[in-house]
Amino acid sequence: MKLTTRSKMVVNKQMTFSERIYLPAIISGMAVTLKHFFMPKVTIRYPEVKRKFAAVYRGVHVLKRDENGAERCTACGLCALSCPAEAITMTAAERKTGEEHLYREEKYAEVYEINMLRCIFCGLCEEACPKEAIFLTSEEIAPARFDRKSLVFGKDKLVEKEHHPNGKVRGGGPLEERLYHG
Amino acid sequence: MDFEIVFKLIMIVTVFGVSLGTAMYSTLAERKFAAFFQDRIGPDRAGKWGLLQPLADGGKLFSKEEIIPGDANILMFIAGPSLAMLTACMSSAVVPWGTYLEIDGLQLPLIIADINVGILYVFGVVSLGVYGIMIGGWASNNKFSLLGAIRGASQNISYEIAMGLSIIALVLITESLSLKEIAAQQSSFHGMNWYVIKQPLGFLIFLICAFAETNRTPFDLPECEAELVGGYHTEYSSMKLGFYLFAEYINMFVSSAVMATLYFGGYNFPFMNELGLDHNIVAILGVLALFVKILFFIFFFMWVRWTLPRFRYDQLMRLGWQILIPLSIVNIIVTGGFVLFFK
Repeated sequence: MKLTTRSKMVVNKQMTFSERIYLPAIISGMAVTLKHFFMPKVTIRYPEVKRKFAAVYRGVHVLKRDENGAERCTACGLCALSCPAEAITMTAAERKTGEEHLYREEKYAEVYEINMLRCIFCGLCEEACPKEAIFLTSEEIAPARFDRKSLVFGKDKLVEKEHHPNGKVRGGGPLEERLYHG
Repeated sequence: MDFEIVFKLIMIVTVFGVSLGTAMYSTLAERKFAAFFQDRIGPDRAGKWGLLQPLADGGKLFSKEEIIPGDANILMFIAGPSLAMLTACMSSAVVPWGTYLEIDGLQLPLIIADINVGILYVFGVVSLGVYGIMIGGWASNNKFSLLGAIRGASQNISYEIAMGLSIIALVLITESLSLKEIAAQQSSFHGMNWYVIKQPLGFLIFLICAFAETNRTPFDLPECEAELVGGYHTEYSSMKLGFYLFAEYINMFVSSAVMATLYFGGYNFPFMNELGLDHNIVAILGVLALFVKILFFIFFFMWVRWTLPRFRYDQLMRLGWQILIPLSIVNIIVTGGFVLFFK
């Protein structure tokens, strides 16, 4: 049975003179490297130029607001329950009168914390949420900090600043759209 | 007379500064070219296009912790990199950078020391260079360093023979050992009488040996990261390591200058005497032409480094003793025959 079409019979032949002096091979090799010298470079100058994220990219979580700017989360706890890494904790509170523009329903999350050291970015919280309140769509790359405490993200970091209509696909802050073409 | 001495001093300081500066920026160029050959961009954060990178590297090496191993021979351990640096800086003294400048009727030659055995001087100093590697590798008291040092020593000795023999064929034509004289001879035929045309095989052998003498890939067996950790400078840190690495780049600069002078016409460039310009301007243009040739050779050194893999030790020895030495002897005989019958 033939496993590949690219197999080659090994021949133990003597090298010819031009092969033995190596110089033709060296010259052709140097031609290859010289060709690469002038090729367009694949490097992306990262902080200045950013690559476009894939549509299915799972980034840092965003707690969404609805079209009136009210938080969608009702602190039902399904995300925390579904989280395999047990990274999510929350404290529920009751909405008071006069707070309707802040919270969409009568119950809301007073404290909502995700431990980014535990989170494995699996997206199960996103799937579990019945209110379409949490999405892994922020395009902040790899939250890196110098201490552990600041890696427990609270509502100040997670709740989106303002409502983003097509936020189901892409949320978080606006991304500098200087993309690399190459 | 006084002015001549002052001019000599200016020359010395300039040549020293230029060779150090070129070596400094060779380190950046090496990294940049390596990146370009591999479809990358290379360091571009320090200054525009990374132009301040050599300063950052130097500053880093100076401020690093200095480690001298407990079992090392301290005196020799310090002598190693110093010697490597010293010998690297010495050999540029006999390279003719140009013809001469004429100021107030004084003829000021653009060469530091015009000794009539310039080639021998270069060879002597270059052979001393291996002591830096040997002493450093031995003094480290580390088996990898010692292996690297032994490799360096045997490699340099083997390739010096072929290098010397290839030069003898050149000397048969030039009938002079003075680099100034050899450079001047190549100015005939519209400044295109370069010895590479008469001695192509000799040049090829010299080029290969120059790679071996400067310990550059494909002959970088003394440092050989894949097998010997860091080779002879495994135990070195801080600026002592910097000296070793820097000496390699100065050696590269000097051997490029010697190659350009011996085989590629030195400061001569095509139609230099037909331009009808002032002598001083032609002399300065000649210096620039020499520099262009040197920079090309430095580029060539790097080009080869990022193309070819390293030789195995037995391949290295076979190439040196069984191929290059017989070839250069044949070259001497053929050249001698030509000189005898056609001159």
